[in-house]
Amino acid sequence: MEARKKALNQAKLFENVFKVVLGSAALFVGILLPLVIFISLYKESSLAINHFGVINFLTSTDWDPVAEKFGGLVPLMGTFIATFLATLIAAPISIGIAIFLVELSPNKLKPVFSTAIELLAGIPSIIYGMWGLFVMAPLFGEKIEPWLTENFQNVPLVGKLFEGSPTGIDVMTTSLVLSIMIIPFMSSVVKDAFNMVPSIMRESAYALGATKWEVIKQVMIPITASSIAGGLILSVGRALGETMAVTFLAGNVNQIPKSLFDPFTTITVALANQFTEADTAIYLSSLYFLALILFVISFFVLYLSKIMLLRLEKKWKV
Amino acid sequence: MNIKLKRKVENYIFLGLSFLSAGFGLFFLFWILGDLLLNGFKYINIDLFTKDPVPPGMEGGGLKHAFIGHIIITVLGTVIGTPIGILAGIYFAEYGRNSKIAKIGRNVVDVMVSNPSIVIGAVVYAILVKPVGHFMGFAGGVALALLMIPVIVITTDEMMKLVPQQTREAAYALGAQPWQVSFHIVLKAAKVGVLTGVILGVARISGETAPLLFTSFNNNFTTFDPTKPMASLTVTVFQYAMGPYDDWHRQAWAASFILTFGVLLASITARYIIQRKKY
Repeated sequence: MEARKKALNQAKLFENVFKVVLGSAALFVGILLPLVIFISLYKESSLAINHFGVINFLTSTDWDPVAEKFGGLVPLMGTFIATFLATLIAAPISIGIAIFLVELSPNKLKPVFSTAIELLAGIPSIIYGMWGLFVMAPLFGEKIEPWLTENFQNVPLVGKLFEGSPTGIDVMTTSLVLSIMIIPFMSSVVKDAFNMVPSIMRESAYALGATKWEVIKQVMIPITASSIAGGLILSVGRALGETMAVTFLAGNVNQIPKSLFDPFTTITVALANQFTEADTAIYLSSLYFLALILFVISFFVLYLSKIMLLRLEKKWKV
Repeated sequence: MNIKLKRKVENYIFLGLSFLSAGFGLFFLFWILGDLLLNGFKYINIDLFTKDPVPPGMEGGGLKHAFIGHIIITVLGTVIGTPIGILAGIYFAEYGRNSKIAKIGRNVVDVMVSNPSIVIGAVVYAILVKPVGHFMGFAGGVALALLMIPVIVITTDEMMKLVPQQTREAAYALGAQPWQVSFHIVLKAAKVGVLTGVILGVARISGETAPLLFTSFNNNFTTFDPTKPMASLTVTVFQYAMGPYDDWHRQAWAASFILTFGVLLASITARYIIQRKKY
């Protein structure tokens, strides 16, 4: 009786130890980690926050390490512009790829094509950057961009986008490479959503005589709209924080680009290029402020995409 | 008749566009991989693995320092990240399946997995590098571990949930304690899936550059000491590709070739195993 009680107590103790260990790991990963990130970024950037003020920092275009004047508007705008253009290119193509993978591809080849598209996501981002620098930038700088300037410069409105000296290190190549990087994320989300549409819905539409495209346009896309939006936002979140590919191609010039051929900078480019060179406390603190802004924006963007994606799951899993 | 034709034409136009976009994706995939193969493969030689770099501008030398550093940092990241990831995953899937921590945690982990990696680098710099006073390989390992943990948590959680509830009940009926059920029964049943999560995590971190820039930094010499700055393949590729020398560019292509095909091979294997598990 005694021995049994002892064994039982021991088991209970063991059980509690495990509970604590597992629970604290989960607590760390699930709740503390983002808090630690936020707090340490905030602490490091507090010098810049106090010195420049949040509103002032966000609206100032200064970036002058010598005069110790810093503002985040230029890299912030650069991040938004590159992300916007990349998403603009990636969104229709990703939906097209998802339609191809679900509806058009022969059944036997589906896994092959899906894997191929997912491989695009597996290529390290530095490879995209290096490939962009050695292959895309010369191609665009010498061939495509001069051609665009020649043919579109005098077109009203659009012409402004193609001004400046074509170097290949600019908004255009950056956005294009960035779009290739985010295509696999969005297309895999949309593909999964399409696969969740009950086949009876599709078949009913076919039975009414709808063409394949009509089924896609009038049945599949409306049903999966929230997932498509979620995938779109997810790829925006990915593009916001992408560093290496952008660092190779953006040119790291502190200006808001006026044409597609202007070199520019983003938050991640500024961080990657200047972080280890920052020699004054206020310089480093300003860079941390940029990192904090990036972290907060991407956290909310990614959380929003998560909410959108959960919506469809709730609708069809019940 | 007219409407019928219009619908048909519209159908072919849009399906054609869909074909084109799939072609677009595959075109770039093969273009990038093809360039890597063409430019990278021919520069691979024995020197690349066995020699330290020569002074900038001179021909020859290798990337031994970067290969060794890369392996050490990746192993450090894996050793730190794997246990934490698996433990948290077990909590999400077993102990706290319906608890508040798991409910919030799952969403947070899904967000953290796409979080900008450069931010993690900046945070580890503030927590580890700044107080110590110099860059070190260990800090790089910690940064990579933080990036890897969400990947492992998600896969562990999913794979353990696939284990049928009856298996657990059978173990409980035999008098097993909850921890015994989790570790001896469920984790064992899901071990291939969990291991796959680890492979996916390793594949993810071994291609990372941004978090290493501020943590392990770089080193021109081979070092085995994780308290010193340490070179890695990715940071070296960054430095060499941005540099002005042709010989650097050649070595950057060769290193990229090895890196990319290593990472892709690992992730294809992992995906293949997971697909087989799920059906």
